[in-house]
Amino acid sequence: MQDAPWREMGLKDHEYERIVEIMGREPTYTELGMFSAMWSEHCGYKHSKSTLKLFPTKSERVLQGPGENAGIVDIGGGMALVMKMESHNHPSAIEPYQGAATGIGGILRDIFTMGARPVALLDSLRFGDLSNDKVKYLFDGVVSGIAGYGNCIGVPTVAGEVYFEEPYTRNPLVNVMCVGIMKTSEIARGVAAGVGNAVMVIGSKTGRDGIHGATFASVELDERSEERRPAVQVGDPFTEKLLVEACLEIIRSGYVVGIQDMGAAGLTSSTVEMAARAGTGMEIELSLVPRREEGMTPYEIMLSESQERMVAVVEPDKVDKVREIFARWGLDAVVVGHVTGDGLMRVKENGKVVAEIPAKILAEAPVYNPEARRPARIDELHAFDPATLPEPQDYDEVLMELISSPSIASKEWVYEQYDYMVRTNTAIVPGVADAAVLRVKELGTPGHEVGIALTVDCQGRYCYLDPYQGAAIAVAEASRNLACVGAEPLAITDCLNFGNPEKPEMFWEFQESVKGMADACRKLGIPVISGNVSFYNEAEGVAIYPTPVVGMAGLLPDVGLTVTQGFKTEGDLIVLLGATGPDMGGSDYLKVIHGVVAGRPPRLDLEAESRVQACCRDAARRGLLSSAHDCAEGGLAVALTESCISGGVGAHIALRDSDMRHDFLLFSESQGRIVVSLPEKNLGELEGLARHHGVPFEVIGRVGGARLVMRVVEGAGNSDPAGPGRFQMRRLIDLGLRELERAWRTSIARHMTDGESGSI
Amino acid sequence: MSGGSGMDMKSMKKMKVGVVIFPGSNCDHDCYHAAQVMGMEAEYIWHAARDVSGFDCIILPGGFSYGDYLRAGAVARFSPVMEAVTKFAERGGLVLGICNGFQILLEAGLLPGAMMRNRNLKFICKTIHLRVENAGTPFTGACTPGQVLAVPIAHGEGNYYIDPEGLRELNANKQVVFRYCDSHGAVTDEANPNGSCDNIAGIINREGNVLGMMPHPERCVERVLGGEDGRFVFASLLKHWSQGGGCDAGCALA
Repeated sequence: MQDAPWREMGLKDHEYERIVEIMGREPTYTELGMFSAMWSEHCGYKHSKSTLKLFPTKSERVLQGPGENAGIVDIGGGMALVMKMESHNHPSAIEPYQGAATGIGGILRDIFTMGARPVALLDSLRFGDLSNDKVKYLFDGVVSGIAGYGNCIGVPTVAGEVYFEEPYTRNPLVNVMCVGIMKTSEIARGVAAGVGNAVMVIGSKTGRDGIHGATFASVELDERSEERRPAVQVGDPFTEKLLVEACLEIIRSGYVVGIQDMGAAGLTSSTVEMAARAGTGMEIELSLVPRREEGMTPYEIMLSESQERMVAVVEPDKVDKVREIFARWGLDAVVVGHVTGDGLMRVKENGKVVAEIPAKILAEAPVYNPEARRPARIDELHAFDPATLPEPQDYDEVLMELISSPSIASKEWVYEQYDYMVRTNTAIVPGVADAAVLRVKELGTPGHEVGIALTVDCQGRYCYLDPYQGAAIAVAEASRNLACVGAEPLAITDCLNFGNPEKPEMFWEFQESVKGMADACRKLGIPVISGNVSFYNEAEGVAIYPTPVVGMAGLLPDVGLTVTQGFKTEGDLIVLLGATGPDMGGSDYLKVIHGVVAGRPPRLDLEAESRVQACCRDAARRGLLSSAHDCAEGGLAVALTESCISGGVGAHIALRDSDMRHDFLLFSESQGRIVVSLPEKNLGELEGLARHHGVPFEVIGRVGGARLVMRVVEGAGNSDPAGPGRFQMRRLIDLGLRELERAWRTSIARHMTDGESGSI
Repeated sequence: MSGGSGMDMKSMKKMKVGVVIFPGSNCDHDCYHAAQVMGMEAEYIWHAARDVSGFDCIILPGGFSYGDYLRAGAVARFSPVMEAVTKFAERGGLVLGICNGFQILLEAGLLPGAMMRNRNLKFICKTIHLRVENAGTPFTGACTPGQVLAVPIAHGEGNYYIDPEGLRELNANKQVVFRYCDSHGAVTDEANPNGSCDNIAGIINREGNVLGMMPHPERCVERVLGGEDGRFVFASLLKHWSQGGGCDAGCALA
């Protein structure tokens, strides 16, 4: 027996009833398709809308908050930064190359549709355990897809993150963020204003690819997902490159009233959203839409997700000019309809009406307030006491294992496949500092360049243990990464990845995460200006870790003062800003060394966090620091290792003893800590700054040699009046730089070639 | 773009560089910007142009011309501008092909050999080292022989191939201008990022006025981007030009 058509399209029975009630009749098949796409979670945000209201979205700099294709902040000098992040998880799970590639295509369109030139891409990726062959296939395909699209179109991929954790095995996360730069005077918006204005479809022809992609993104993955492969679109970066140039040209020319990309739910969502924003209606004639296949039905044309297409609203007397510009770039620009004053989205085929629905109703999906329930696992996980674990004998071995684990190891294998330099703005390339830095050519002068700093962050394990805390940490870490290069945070774009919101436990995770993020944003004074929610990240009943990814942009008044993470000069002092506590829950040490994912995530004191960041930023701007690197996964020992490798020089560390076990001391993931190095002559000034900001400050060692040696001073504390005679140094770590570097740098490449040759 | 400093006097003639825009070029802005930074006058040339006279040098920039879906540069060679560029080169005009521009020059037959996919079959983006094998060309005259330059590469098809006979000829005529090397200048297999025949990173035609190179000198002419070795290529062009080395003034190799 055949299921009801609305259920096949992903609508619930009560939603269908509501549609019938609103329309006063049964919807046509095309109308039903339009409803199901617009009311899908992906387009309609029906489970998330009310919770997202918790985010602070305003600041003096915000020019455009959530609700448009992308958010915009003022960066001074008449220029603005545009940013947005989006997920392409489900398509990438089925068809990794095209799934990831079209994710890039989509996010780029969100940026240039606002009138901005895309200048940077970032990606936040999560896969299962890298020893799994299927995972390798997905990882390889996704990275190639991002490279294939981003490199071709000529937008540098400047930063990102990759984690490998079991829960992402069947449902990888592919979140991509794009940043654009524009003049504040050239902001374009997705509005269909002006009754009688022409509606133009521009760019690629419409085919049968990607029909109902939005709906596909709004269900769990199951054994039938493979059949949905046709719902994955195919990308054409070359056409998109032409589209970027042509669209920026028409926006600058002032010929367009409104413009929007055709993303999820294609022609349906773009036209409906534009009309709804302007409070107008629209009438389009489908026989005018350029198609690449014959015999397409209205349903197919309205729901196709063929890539590289846009909708523009243009005054009638400017149509020829627009057409001319597109023709020069070899692209179609066709009038398919006009803006009306009746508020209706009217779709015709050869003059016959096939759909007629109030645009506002389509654009405003029902809002749900689902039940939220704290999962039983939380208490159980929190009850775990890391102190019950045995203390390791050989810390060298532990450190080697940690830095070889793919989540911590160098991501060189990934970023070397991305063109991260094209457009000649990338001042800080991947792997060199805690955030990417781009100079803005339009601001500053040669020798005194103004820059932006960019980062993406989230530790899903923390969120699994405590979504509120984990999400707050994601904000704090992103902001800390910016502080390490010396940048002031401007704004956040997010990508919130969760399981099925219809399950109370999953919805609780979502709610808690948003609360955690929102509170951290308020405390640190950073607005959320755009973002994306991706629910239903479950495969065969297994949900991913709650993963609210934070993308953050910051401003650097002087790129010349950017601080990188590598130690620079023999003899420099190494200082730890911030305090170390026994924060072992959810740590990489627990997971990699003991195979445990449990405990409470690190404590987060946002006041202390804010002070540490301000101190580091001040020190960077005064030019006091040789290096700065935040302590994140793997704790202090891993942060020091990375600073050594990055700088190509060793370090001698002597840590003050505390009550903590030595493994805790080395690998605790306490938040609010930054390792800096500096010339000895600057120590007094840094100490003064630390005191001024009320930041714990400890000189822990010196840069030099070709080994990382870490000792702990046992016995009396440093200030013991009995004198140094009672001290005893215990060596915990003593490893050569070469050995460390080989393990860290080649780990992912080794995993990827493992099993290829059948030997070794 | 960086504003004029106000120091440039109208009367001071500048070297004029034309940067070709193919559909899909993506280093066009970068070449334009670098040329300006180096004190040259830069102008874009649309791929449909049939005349490229009046320039002191033509740059074919990097990117993915026409998407490079067939083979890098294979379609671009048929665009109208390439006919004009070929004529320009035949008259002795300086032509610099960078990355995709190099690939196009090979496809157009202005330089010998062919490009294959990198030996690891992946796109590679990183800063590598180049040894200047011939410092007597208009593109390297500001370098010393054997000088090591740090310049970025960013390509998926940079694995240069030429048959043994052709290679002998290139070497005999000093047409190999750049080789991949380590930071000390040793030409080793480890220092070869893409598997190129004989570590070749850049070659010049026999007449000495058409250079193709995979690395991107335009990406390293400013300190803010972490390296300035690319300046040598542009400085060489300026040196050649200021010495009266226009198109006709004997670009040919000694």
